[in-house]
Amino acid sequence: MTDMTQPATSVHQSDTSRERLRRRYGRERSFKIISVSALGLTALFLVILLGSIVLNGWSGFLTTKLRLEVTYSTKHLDVEDPANGNFRMIILDALRERFPDVTERRELRALLGIVSNRGTWDVRDALLDDPSLAGGSLELWLPAATEVDMLNKGYVDRSAPEELRLIDDRTIAWVDAIDEADDLATVFNWTFLLSGDSREPELAGVGGAVLGSFWILLVTFVVSFPTGVGAAIFLEEFAPKRRWVDVIEVNINNLAAVPSIVFGLLGLAVFLNVMHMPRSAPVVGGLTLALMTLPTIIIATRAALKGIPPSIKDAALAIGASPVQVVSHHLLPLAMPRILTGAIIGMARALGESAPLLMVGMVAFVVDLPSGPTDAATALPVQVFLWADSPERGFVEKTSAAIMVLLVFLVAMNGLAVYLRQRFEIRW
Amino acid sequence: MTQLILTLALICLAAAAFLVGRRKAIGVTGGRTSILHSRPVYHGWYVALACGLPAVSLWFMVLLAGDWMIDRTIVAALPGELREASAPILQRFLNDAETLAAGGIPTIEITPELEAAAASFRRLTLLERWVGFSAAMGLGLIGAGFAMRRIDISRRTRQPVERVLLIVLLAVAAISVLTTAGIVFSVLFEAIRFFDKVPFLDFLFGVKWSPQIALREDQVGSSGAFGAIPLFTGTILITLIAMLVAGPVGLLSAVYLAEYADPRHRAVAKPMLEILAGIPTVVYGFFAALVVAPALREAGIMVGLDVASESALAAGLVMGMMIIPFVSSLTDDALAAVPDDLRDASLGLGATHQETVTRVVIPAALPGIVAGFLLAVSRAIGETMIVVMAAGLAANLTANPLEAVTTVTVQIVTLLIGDQEFDSAKTLAAFALGLTLFMVTLGLNVVALRMVQKYQEKYD
Repeated sequence: MTDMTQPATSVHQSDTSRERLRRRYGRERSFKIISVSALGLTALFLVILLGSIVLNGWSGFLTTKLRLEVTYSTKHLDVEDPANGNFRMIILDALRERFPDVTERRELRALLGIVSNRGTWDVRDALLDDPSLAGGSLELWLPAATEVDMLNKGYVDRSAPEELRLIDDRTIAWVDAIDEADDLATVFNWTFLLSGDSREPELAGVGGAVLGSFWILLVTFVVSFPTGVGAAIFLEEFAPKRRWVDVIEVNINNLAAVPSIVFGLLGLAVFLNVMHMPRSAPVVGGLTLALMTLPTIIIATRAALKGIPPSIKDAALAIGASPVQVVSHHLLPLAMPRILTGAIIGMARALGESAPLLMVGMVAFVVDLPSGPTDAATALPVQVFLWADSPERGFVEKTSAAIMVLLVFLVAMNGLAVYLRQRFEIRW
Repeated sequence: MTQLILTLALICLAAAAFLVGRRKAIGVTGGRTSILHSRPVYHGWYVALACGLPAVSLWFMVLLAGDWMIDRTIVAALPGELREASAPILQRFLNDAETLAAGGIPTIEITPELEAAAASFRRLTLLERWVGFSAAMGLGLIGAGFAMRRIDISRRTRQPVERVLLIVLLAVAAISVLTTAGIVFSVLFEAIRFFDKVPFLDFLFGVKWSPQIALREDQVGSSGAFGAIPLFTGTILITLIAMLVAGPVGLLSAVYLAEYADPRHRAVAKPMLEILAGIPTVVYGFFAALVVAPALREAGIMVGLDVASESALAAGLVMGMMIIPFVSSLTDDALAAVPDDLRDASLGLGATHQETVTRVVIPAALPGIVAGFLLAVSRAIGETMIVVMAAGLAANLTANPLEAVTTVTVQIVTLLIGDQEFDSAKTLAAFALGLTLFMVTLGLNVVALRMVQKYQEKYD
């Protein structure tokens, strides 16, 4: 007993042992630190990624307008048809009145250049709204050209040499003069949210792309949801357990991992080349994405059906329901929240997908808003791709802003999926 | 548009048949529906199917066969020289006649022949629509009437309705198989046409890729060479860089999440990884081109290295970022599948946490982890948007990550954007590349699944 209470120096208390233990604990600590920092690195990536998008993009939601007193002098107007007048001249007159010392022809053209091309439309629309304006005058806020917009948002380095700037000293002086008179304003850019694509950054909008994405997703959902749920029900509840069902199962799992661009090739070869469907139409893009989303929905539905306890099925069968009634009255309603969750996640993936859409020609320059699934359209991620290619400075902020719009939709869809999962999930 | 409305009309007819059938089934019982063999709903479906199935199938048959017959009739009525014209010209003529008939502007000059064709096109289409629609409607009504007469207390309508439903379910289940077959055959078919023009071995082992075909003999840089080795090495280089980022970072963050983190930290870290996984690839591509590539270039200038503005490194790094959550969640699953008994035993023997993880948990989860890595590699190979936006177009045969390389997916996109002619080697080359891509990713997936099945220990 005395030996037990007063142990001799054991091997575990020797110096080498203590040193070894110290090193082992050291390794433990550093391993934990490395693991945490791996996760921290991931977080850092995410912050840099989202941060650079937001920093570049927030100003895309704003635009610059300038106030002008326009006079609808009758010499520029067509008395018979108010829509047909020389509205460029009306704007030019208004600018000339403001800067009377500008007389040379080239200078005048440069002066007119500070107002966006859209300005003539706005001047015309004001007249069409109120034809009695002819001969009178009106104060209007007109959209500024993209160079002025960039200057106003501070993206132009005034100290840089003039020839390296996209806006020259003379124009800067004009804009500053307008600004000092309090006639320059930064306002929310409704054009960006509501209109279609344009070659002019200040007029380009994501509205057309959002609508295009909507039509694509509608086609995708209408095709892939019933098909996917039906296929999953068949495989899970009715298929005889035979070899070919295994083949289908392996096939679906592999299909889920096929690169999306290969689905684009399929869409191009089958829908466009064989079936001669229209290029750039949401219906083709939607069908292509539906094939891509199908495995996701099948897998989610099968998991949801598997998650329902067999006792429910047995109880229904025991009181005389047919297998079809068991599915339609019990299993499907109970599985629906999880099926919908899976479907929404699949739809969110389809919304962010662009590679297959490039293959079926959805990269067209589309100005008009698509009003149906067969109109030429582009999708939100493809619009991002197209703008990212534009060299103009004005499109950088538009690209980032379009990404922000895309991310808002994705967050909303995923949020809906999480809500459904938490609100309706039944724990057995 | 008219076709859609008429199809909807037929479906409405079937819906009406459903209501009538159900009503009659309730009627014959005098209100005591429990004496029916099948529920009233099934009688409704029975009548609706008897009405809708023949009607809609006849209608679609008319639409398909009718268009073909209209084309034949118009061609037969054409003057001799046009009738003898080659198939594409004839097809274009017919398309223009159709456009003109619909009130659009044709692509060719309006000739009397074209106007006559458009007029007969309009007449025949109208005839086709209304004759076909009336026939379908009649057939549907006959079917519904027939089914209505069979409704009775003891009539077993549930069985046939359920059989039809099962056939429909079988058909939609077959679509997934058809999709795979569609991918294989459409891509294979075009690829074979490509290999008719370019020998298979030249494609697979050639070291020069220059798909522009010379229009003139002396055109520079347009030799029409289709050697895919530079594309494969480019793809491998970028994938390698991506895996060098995503492999360690993904593995270690999964280890932290599975072995160290308490639920509170998991509740923060998991959604963060899900956000990263949910960001569209086009966003990563923009980020690579806008932020990472210029940053690398400036860093290169600072240390005196010449970094291409579309370097493989930029695309690879960003692709690695994109794949981190993928690697991490697959590794997390593999680690979570290792039973706690093993951890407890190891800790009980006095091993530190780190020793338990590296010597017990990771070896036990290794097949799952390797399978996850293989799936991540297959993701990286098939990834398109990042490389399209951040990697180059020129096919350089190099292993230097600071130079621009191109990948298989970039070339597919480049070859197919814009107008395609389906008989030029340039377009068909994209399908040969697509076939290669499909085969490689499929192979990686099959190997990954097999690996889990074969080597993963079963602990329960």
